[in-house]
Amino acid sequence: MARVVVDVMPKPEILDVQGQAVTRALGRIGVAGVTEVRQGKHFELDVDDAIDDATLHRIAGELLANPVIEDWVVTRK
Amino acid sequence: MRIGVITFPGTLDDVDAARAVRYAGAEPVSLWHADHDLAGVDAVVVPGGFSYGDYLRAGAIASLAPIMTEVKDAARRGMPVLGICNGFQILCEAGLLPGALARNSGLHFVCRDQRLRIESTATAWTGAATAGQEILVPLKSGEGRFVADADTVARLEGEGRVVFRYLGGNPNGALADIAGISSADGRVVGLMPHPEHAIDPLTGPSDDGLVLFTSVLGAAVG
Repeated sequence: MARVVVDVMPKPEILDVQGQAVTRALGRIGVAGVTEVRQGKHFELDVDDAIDDATLHRIAGELLANPVIEDWVVTRK
Repeated sequence: MRIGVITFPGTLDDVDAARAVRYAGAEPVSLWHADHDLAGVDAVVVPGGFSYGDYLRAGAIASLAPIMTEVKDAARRGMPVLGICNGFQILCEAGLLPGALARNSGLHFVCRDQRLRIESTATAWTGAATAGQEILVPLKSGEGRFVADADTVARLEGEGRVVFRYLGGNPNGALADIAGISSADGRVVGLMPHPEHAIDPLTGPSDDGLVLFTSVLGAAVG
């Protein structure tokens, strides 16, 4: 078994309105100097050793992320 | 004509969609997400709601439901398919329509009667409308902001596949005020607003939405 992490983020050109809302809220807890927050998703998968990298990218690209609006990074831990 | 209406876990508007089908003079047929069976229908409506609680992304899980395999095959053969709201999101996730629906730019869930312009009558679901016709139908969504890359939007505009456009202010930040689009062959249409809620002035802001369901009567395959 192996632990695999998939991080999914909105593409740079996609307006991340949730990240913007978080940025604005930082001012309310008295934090200045954070110019941008972008919000994504973090998946942790426990996979059999038989699962190869191509399959992991298929998992990420066909289900965990929507390639129209999101990028992803697959990392084996 | 028999028109299927799919119910997923979390679907809300299947009953109103079936009612709209009946008002238009067709026979609604209930279809179940877990079946590999379209029951021989002539067209399919994928209704609105919150399938699978919008888990992962709105429409993502539903797009992989067993019945969607059948819908994709039937759409490739030219069967008319209409996706409304969550149904539009499902059709985009299934790859039947380009682009994606992202969270509203104002972050708020928007619920209001929305004016739209029907930009194309060259689809299975708008053939009975007049080009440029303005309609008033409810809009109720939190993730209705149509997004796609610039090439895709240019292609949709150039090929006349922007079917519905918001009038009187863009409610969600959708690119080019796009409220609904079609497939290249005009058989698959998706839109965020709800024509099935506007079929009778007794219960909706107008009966303007009925034209989508009467349009498809003349658009069945063979």
